[in-house]
Amino acid sequence: MMPPRSLICLENAKKIYTMGRQQVAALDGMDVAFEKGSFWAVMGSSGSGKSTLMNVIGCLDRLTSGRYLFQGRNISAHTDDALSDIRLRHIGFVFQSFNLIPQLTVQRNIELPLYYLGWDKEKSANHAQNLASMVGLETRLTHRPFELSGGQMQRVAIARALAADPALILADEPTGNLDTRTSDQIMALLGSLHEGGKTIIMVTHESHIAEYAQNRLYMKDGRILKVEKR
Amino acid sequence: MKQIQFSRELSSGIQTLLLHKLRSFLTMLGVVFGVGSVVAMLAVGEGASKEALEQIRKLGSHNILISSVKPAEEDTAGTTPSFMSIYGLTYMDHERIAQSFSSVKKNVPVKLVRKEARIGHRAVELRVVGTSDQWFEVIPRPVLGGRTLMQKDLDAKSPVVILTEFGARKLLATRQTIGQTIRIGVDSFTVIGIVKNETGASGAMQIPDREIDAYIPITTAMSYFGDVVIKMSSGSRLREKVELNQIIVQVASLDQVESSARAIERMLSLFHKKKDFQIQVPLALLKQAEATKRTFNIVLGAIAGISLLVGGIGIMNIMLASVTERTREIGIRRAIGAKRKQIIIQFLIEAMVLSFVGGILGLAMGIAIPFFITWFAKMPTVITPMGILLPLCVSLGIGIVFGLYPAARAARVDPIVALRHE
Repeated sequence: MMPPRSLICLENAKKIYTMGRQQVAALDGMDVAFEKGSFWAVMGSSGSGKSTLMNVIGCLDRLTSGRYLFQGRNISAHTDDALSDIRLRHIGFVFQSFNLIPQLTVQRNIELPLYYLGWDKEKSANHAQNLASMVGLETRLTHRPFELSGGQMQRVAIARALAADPALILADEPTGNLDTRTSDQIMALLGSLHEGGKTIIMVTHESHIAEYAQNRLYMKDGRILKVEKR
Repeated sequence: MKQIQFSRELSSGIQTLLLHKLRSFLTMLGVVFGVGSVVAMLAVGEGASKEALEQIRKLGSHNILISSVKPAEEDTAGTTPSFMSIYGLTYMDHERIAQSFSSVKKNVPVKLVRKEARIGHRAVELRVVGTSDQWFEVIPRPVLGGRTLMQKDLDAKSPVVILTEFGARKLLATRQTIGQTIRIGVDSFTVIGIVKNETGASGAMQIPDREIDAYIPITTAMSYFGDVVIKMSSGSRLREKVELNQIIVQVASLDQVESSARAIERMLSLFHKKKDFQIQVPLALLKQAEATKRTFNIVLGAIAGISLLVGGIGIMNIMLASVTERTREIGIRRAIGAKRKQIIIQFLIEAMVLSFVGGILGLAMGIAIPFFITWFAKMPTVITPMGILLPLCVSLGIGIVFGLYPAARAARVDPIVALRHE
């Protein structure tokens, strides 16, 4: 019933949190598919369940019920290690607050996924340098995150997200901490990644940022409000 | 592959620790002092017991020493001027021991007399030891010149004497003195040999030979000096008749030592109504000293071990603080794809680096301290390989044990919560 080209497919996905005696459904039976190579913006007010959706898609959280198919495989029952492996190989994260490791240099931050993949030092250093020059930071490799501007930090984060060459980039309010000009640069960078064939799912609440995306998913109370496809 | 991973984990762990140099150093300090005190205490304990054991070993582990002792109740009676106290081992005892026990291999009678010896104008008071040729087999000391006693000296009651190195030096005698005449008391003896003597007799038990001994055949001692000794003390004369001052018995094998000692004591008790002899067994003392040493070392080690434990707790404390402080980092690593195991390894390695480097520094301290103790307090210290290896292994073990819980805490961090952590 779902198109075979789907990278990600959620079937009757439910995520229920128990808060005291109350049960809150963050995802209330969602059916959604994200095609390979698409660029999505997920929008919705706070509490709409978009963060939960991102956590589930990013294999950081599990569904209470329903199925999650990643590249056609049901990974709902995967172990923690197996989910870690999917994150490592197939998913790159870009966060609102960049989430670089402060004590590591730019190069070491970019190398981090390669480190866990077990690449050797020289190969991963080369790869990190290539990625850094792709995002325009080849001169900042030995700097530490706190020596960079917000836009530069986000570009490091994007380079890191790309290091393992994942199929999916998950961006959670990637421009939330950036000014308009820098935001546009970052979005242009994400746009070029999409053109390069990456699947990008981005959470944002700014409609002009959402304009960069091909498709838009509006959420409310853990359900899909509407889908706009271009 | 695994090895590369480990060395990278190690180097990144060291880098992280170097970011907080002072904190890492202070954390290590607990282990430094812990390991240092363990090594130092073991060295001091080992040194003290080694000295005692050395002392006892000189007595001969196969030997049993039977000595004449003046019975306690005789003391008051001794005030009577004409009284002569008769006590101690007799020639008969010596015979009986020789005949009754098959385990007894050597049986050396010892008669002690203090006499002034003279060569030319030089006079020294010597302890004249009347004994048999077997003395030198039971208490082996290197012969520096000439020869020791022989059976023929005993048979012939020859007036021959063997001096100790120390006694000879006091008499200004050299190797050339061998063959010359020495006056002991009023009698003339021929010096036939010089033996080396043990020095510094102190400890749990006196060694049988002294620095100023002069060995003569016991037969000669009996006929020249007799059995009665007159002691002058504050105007009153005290006469004592002691036939033999000591009997040194050597048994064939180690496991016969203690049973033979008991049997000899029982046998002698039949002929001695008063307890006027005393049996000392170096082996028993040796065993006792070794047991004491073990206890001593365990107690010292345990006390030092407590400080090591405190060091370990310090590491755990800091690692727990570090896990909390770096919750966000853990979240980032987990989001990127680090497995729980990899987070555990990361924190465990940091704890192990802290404790192991602390252990190395502590070892350096632990080796330096005994050196200073020996230097200033003139106390012997011995650092054994065990005394080095054990604390090092323990410090590494402490890193693992006290690092494991914080590392497990780190691995349990929920990445979603951690990424929201400020």
